[in-house]
Amino acid sequence: MSMIVNPSRRSFIQGAAALAGATALTGFGAAPAFAAGLTVGFIYVGPKDDFGYNQAHAEGAAAVKAMDGVTVIEEENVPETVDCQKTMESMINFDGASLLFPTSFGYFDPHILEVAAKQPGVRFQHAGGMWNADKHPAHVGSYFGYIGMGQYLNGIAAAHATKTKKIGFVAAKPIPQVLLNINSFLLGARSVDPEITCQVIFTGEWSLAVKEAEATNALADQGVDVITCHVDGPKVVIQTAAGRGAFVCGYHADQTALAPEKYLTGAEWNWAKVYTDMVKTTLDGGTIDNFVRGGLADGFIKMSPLGPAVPDAGRNQFEAVKAEIMKGGFAAIKGPLKDNGGNVIAEAGQSFVETDVALESMNYLVEGVVGSLS
Amino acid sequence: MGEGDLGLWTVLLAMIGGAIRVSTPFIFVSLGECLTERSGRINLGLEGTLVFGAMSGYAVAYETSSAWAGVLAAALAGTVFGLFHGWVCKLPRVNDIAIGIALMLLGMGLAFFFGKPYIQPVAPDLPAIPLGFWSSSPQVEAALRVNVLFVLGIALAFFIAWLFRSTRIGLVIRVVGDSSDAARAMGISVDRVRLLATAAGGALAGIGGAYLSLYYPGSWNEGISSGQGLMAVALVIFARWNPVNCIWAALLFGAAGALGPALQSIGISKGYYLSYAAPYVLTLILLIATSSTTRAVRCAPGELSITK
Repeated sequence: MSMIVNPSRRSFIQGAAALAGATALTGFGAAPAFAAGLTVGFIYVGPKDDFGYNQAHAEGAAAVKAMDGVTVIEEENVPETVDCQKTMESMINFDGASLLFPTSFGYFDPHILEVAAKQPGVRFQHAGGMWNADKHPAHVGSYFGYIGMGQYLNGIAAAHATKTKKIGFVAAKPIPQVLLNINSFLLGARSVDPEITCQVIFTGEWSLAVKEAEATNALADQGVDVITCHVDGPKVVIQTAAGRGAFVCGYHADQTALAPEKYLTGAEWNWAKVYTDMVKTTLDGGTIDNFVRGGLADGFIKMSPLGPAVPDAGRNQFEAVKAEIMKGGFAAIKGPLKDNGGNVIAEAGQSFVETDVALESMNYLVEGVVGSLS
Repeated sequence: MGEGDLGLWTVLLAMIGGAIRVSTPFIFVSLGECLTERSGRINLGLEGTLVFGAMSGYAVAYETSSAWAGVLAAALAGTVFGLFHGWVCKLPRVNDIAIGIALMLLGMGLAFFFGKPYIQPVAPDLPAIPLGFWSSSPQVEAALRVNVLFVLGIALAFFIAWLFRSTRIGLVIRVVGDSSDAARAMGISVDRVRLLATAAGGALAGIGGAYLSLYYPGSWNEGISSGQGLMAVALVIFARWNPVNCIWAALLFGAAGALGPALQSIGISKGYYLSYAAPYVLTLILLIATSSTTRAVRCAPGELSITK
């Protein structure tokens, strides 16, 4: 709907407010005053309290808000269209933001790149792995976490809870981060029981409540009894799955409260640490690295507390593997491994550790995942 | 192959289940729109009414711990939106389509604004009737869990059809919709009839919204409606302004929507973007097949601004 509004609502409201304020206080001609210190802008693709992706980022932004000398501005429900360019421009031009966190994957190309070309003095930090030193400007950076490891741990908990040996995944779009999560979920489960298969259903969009519910029901109809997801707001999937009697693994944020009996564990973001570190670097006059990554050990991600349905054997294995991952250098994708079309992904002895950049261009589903990319 | 048979059966079952689960909002919104359009006015704002109904229904259900109170609140909110539309359209030189679009944006904006605190809490669900109790298969049981509102919607469609066919009220609505001059000659207040028809239509759309947030998918968030309110308006044309046809149109749409996930779940996953487009392709095919190059849209109320 916001596509109809032109220019963006934000710039209109702020323009109007600035005009009204200027007229009331000092008469015409006064420019809107920028807050002293650093102004940081956060842009979300959905509502910032969605029990999921955007909430995780907004919790990080809330931690930044508590810092001294920092003003935080936020805008939610900004689609991955030219709208997000308008939002970035208005945050820069009206609010004086000099550090921006456009948090959605689809904001990068072309939107961030276009605005960045016009705004050399502003720092753009994009969540997701698309920045490339050869192609993209130095005042744009990317950051992300190895949350696939969290899905690997989800898979271990799932393997100990499933009775039908069929686990399921409701996924939004077949982009590398989502594929890594699906593959990690299955490989975690197969590390416990190699007979387990994972059924994936793509909904095609980050947030489509009815389709997510239909996908969850379709999985349950096939006898899938543990379900996780990678959509922006997991609330619908978690509630629908629990309603059908399936166990659930969470994603993005802690969803224990939605299904306390059925919730096994969940892979959560911990952006508060990442964001406060980056803002602190900027305040101290430093430059944020263009390529920031971290996993469980770095505090970028964390796991929800294990639920009551995970048996003791599962608890022990979960904790042991988690400790192993915390040491660093853990590889979920390791040979011998084929994709679900029979092509070799890794020879015996070959492995891709969690920090391997090759994983960020993943374009396959591993053997045992039922589904295809298009 | 035995397993393949089972797979196709589950797709069929999923489509039946999907039709029952997904169609209810379509039924209510299209019945509401049908009522309004038969009185000669188009309310394109029902998408906004649906979203606001979803929000207010969820909020009230959460605050009062009663899902039915939520449905009532959604109906009331829808009535207010309908009354507003009807009242503005009464003013001279006001275009009902433009007002509808404005109200659609307003309803969604207000719902997002007031709905913020209710995204996180969990409100009580509407009860369902387990019509699949006879089956030992959990799939059949799940597919045949029928919500009370679904049954109510079907009953309402037959009621409205009877209303149009056999009652004086129905006759008045039809006359106003087909010829306002004739209605005035009969001494009927055209504006008042349209005001009431739009209000009733809004109430039904509000209930449709409450179904979304209180039963399926059963939670309030800003992406709850994927355009059901707009599609329902198209369904009315598709159903040729006949309330009973609205049921079939809604069921067909629900079933077609369930096709994509069901096919992926049995492993037919190539081209899922295409199977997701199935409802729209189906609508196009049916509209083309039933269209005519020589006549205006059949059965359309004469006073509708799109067909005039």
